[in-house]
Amino acid sequence: MADIPHDASATVPPAELEEMELYHPHSWWTKYVFSQDAKVIAVQYAATALVIGFVALVLSWLIRLQLGFPGLVEFIDADRYYQIITMHGMIMVVYLLTALFLGGFGNYLIPLMVGARDMVFPYANMLSFWLYFVAVMLLVISFFVPGGPTGAGWTLYPPQAILSNTPGQQWGIMLMLVSLIIFIIGFTMGGLNYTVTVLQARARGMTLMRLPLTIWGIFVATVMALLAFPALFVAAVMMLFDKYLGTSFFMPTLVEMGEQLSYGGGSPILFQHLFWFFGHPEVYIVALPAFGIVSDLISTHARRNIFGYRMMVWAIVGIGVLSFVVWAHHMYVSGMNPYFGFFFATTTLIIAVPTAIKVYNWVLTLWRGDIHFNPPMLFALGFIVTFVNGGLSGLFLGNVVVDVPLSDTMFVVAHFHMVMGVAPILVIFGAIYHWYPKVTGRMLGDGMAKFHFWVTFLGAYLIFFPMHYLGLMGLPRRYFDTADIMIMSDSAHALNAFISIMAFIVGFAQIVFVFNLIWSLRHGKPSGPNPWRATTLEWQTPTTPPPHGNWGDHLPNVYRWAYDYSVPGAKEDFIPQNEPGSVTKGDPA
Amino acid sequence: MIVAVIMVVIVVGSILFHFFSPWWFSPLASNWGYIDSTLVLTFAITGVVFAAVVLFVAYCLYRFRHQEGRKASYEPENKRLEGWLTALTAGGVIAMLTPGLFVWAQYVEVPQEATDIEVIGQQWLWNFRLPGADGKLGSADNRLVSGDNTLGINVDDPLGQDDLVVEGGELYIPVDKPVRFLLRSIDVLHDFYVPEFRAKMDMIPGSVTYFWVTPTQTGTYEILCAELCGVGHSYMRGTVNVVTDEEYQEWLASQSSFADLAS
Repeated sequence: MADIPHDASATVPPAELEEMELYHPHSWWTKYVFSQDAKVIAVQYAATALVIGFVALVLSWLIRLQLGFPGLVEFIDADRYYQIITMHGMIMVVYLLTALFLGGFGNYLIPLMVGARDMVFPYANMLSFWLYFVAVMLLVISFFVPGGPTGAGWTLYPPQAILSNTPGQQWGIMLMLVSLIIFIIGFTMGGLNYTVTVLQARARGMTLMRLPLTIWGIFVATVMALLAFPALFVAAVMMLFDKYLGTSFFMPTLVEMGEQLSYGGGSPILFQHLFWFFGHPEVYIVALPAFGIVSDLISTHARRNIFGYRMMVWAIVGIGVLSFVVWAHHMYVSGMNPYFGFFFATTTLIIAVPTAIKVYNWVLTLWRGDIHFNPPMLFALGFIVTFVNGGLSGLFLGNVVVDVPLSDTMFVVAHFHMVMGVAPILVIFGAIYHWYPKVTGRMLGDGMAKFHFWVTFLGAYLIFFPMHYLGLMGLPRRYFDTADIMIMSDSAHALNAFISIMAFIVGFAQIVFVFNLIWSLRHGKPSGPNPWRATTLEWQTPTTPPPHGNWGDHLPNVYRWAYDYSVPGAKEDFIPQNEPGSVTKGDPA
Repeated sequence: MIVAVIMVVIVVGSILFHFFSPWWFSPLASNWGYIDSTLVLTFAITGVVFAAVVLFVAYCLYRFRHQEGRKASYEPENKRLEGWLTALTAGGVIAMLTPGLFVWAQYVEVPQEATDIEVIGQQWLWNFRLPGADGKLGSADNRLVSGDNTLGINVDDPLGQDDLVVEGGELYIPVDKPVRFLLRSIDVLHDFYVPEFRAKMDMIPGSVTYFWVTPTQTGTYEILCAELCGVGHSYMRGTVNVVTDEEYQEWLASQSSFADLAS
């Protein structure tokens, strides 16, 4: 690309947006509760997700108590164990990760990073949060209804999920399905908002190829979610029909405890196809925002432009598209036509290529950088290690025949926790340490952050790396009782206990994080508008924290890409996106 | 500095753990050694990639850590380098996928001479049906399940009369003879899994699924259910004995046929 300097400000006059166009709150209720400000909604989403996430964390302790020290806590019987693992999985995947990345970071960062005053449909945005809140409440209520929450496993596979001797038959399964349906309706409102805002409300000069990768990741993940969630939606509706109206979408002729049920002709495999048509893209719905955010964390804290921006964008888009044709790799041993295995193994391993490109480019961004070991950078580095580890173990499970011995074992549990549990959650922590100063105007405590990082990162690695080997031995997942299994040696039981102890330690370290969040609200060091000396627009707001409307009188103009760090000849080691000047070499626009 | 050291420790520790920890595949007892080989190949390739990436990160963290006066280089792209890395990755993927697909082709193609043995799962025990003298299994259907006919075997099918029925007991199979397991379920999803055979497959009410295996080591192995099937899932275990042909024939002779049980 030719390097033609031009005065960009001459061709793009600053945009004005009438104040009237935003709904301003008139009372405490409309400012903090039923708010239409994307930033408030973001905090509501994030706080709700973190609270319910802590419930899931406590559930994981109970799981590990049973696996590491069976019988120690009498409260955990088989019924409760399956309820616990079901709720842990569903909360983590849908109600924590999806909600926090898209509802939390999406709401906060999209308008600020693209240079908009707010989301384009603020009212729908508010509804989105409140529907999410209702969905979470239904889950919470299911812990207290007769019979408790469903114990069908988070995959909710029929016929078992709706049969009468599965825990949570009275209310749990109904609340679970209805909660998912409401979540999806709420998400659709938010998702349309995020998509339209990115496409329509960008500041002048903010071309698509100048968007920070955070926005690319959230944008593509949102489009994917809008396409993938409907599959789960219909599956949930059809399962409700099977349960309460006597239809047989997923129910074949079967005999439960000696009694012929009136179902017949349905297909349990159909549910699995619908579930994973949602479920696999869901993995990337969580991963792509993490990919985007981690790119920006690494670039900012290594003071270096992201390496290969265009490849990074195309890799995100490519992964997004490919992730819709790999779903049946969750079903290699499901009893579907085994010849599907050839196709899905091939597509699955192909997706490793764009994913690997992203890893290379993160690493090459560190190379010849000026690396500051701030907390966000530490978490980004932890992400690289755990993501590479979990991504590579995915090559075992994606390669159909290698999956056969490993499928449904602890290897799978270790793999997906590493790749879509630990890795994205490290990014969430990194992102919170990174953007907390913008949200509150104060820095989070550095010492506590580093303690939190080291315990969480090393502890999580010690939990999930050895766990793969239990799966290799052949220990199935979702086993309430692992005693007396012939292949389980004494040392394997000891390993289980070790993993549990590490899990308790990592869990307790999160209390430091929560304390830091609350303590720093009042006692944190004032951060100023741009503590990390970052280029992207959210750090250039006239006020910090930004008020409703974000930008004061004038929307920003964008003159450059998001990664002008350490530009030769520049007086600072970063040039904000809204600083006029000649187009730099890196700018793809 | 300390971050770089810890990265190196993670790589070295993981490799040492891999080679020196006591946890590994349970000893192989079937023909699926190719699965083990493909897995070991995958370990080798992915292990090298993991070590290379993390060690390179460690190098960068040490070499390019912030120091007074350091300035990052400004290099937005390097098409050549990105091209090479993409090609290298594609090569690694092909090296794992190609053998994987060849072995999968063997997994789905059942040898002609394989004996059929039906496995019927129900909450929470294992039942088996073996063909009688005619070498063929009679038809079965969950609609036919009743108190007297717990496995839903078709009473009108002449092929089924001499089938041997083992309810909730142990299974015996002959060593070095290929077996095709035909898998059915009475109630919910189950999965017939013997870790030492490496093979497994889900069992679905209303369908018949299959996999095949040639046991190569005599011995007693545990059958584990590998698909969540309700609160008794972890207790749904069975036993398969791989025995010599004579012992197998002896065992067969002591089993009851469907017709015997029905009368």
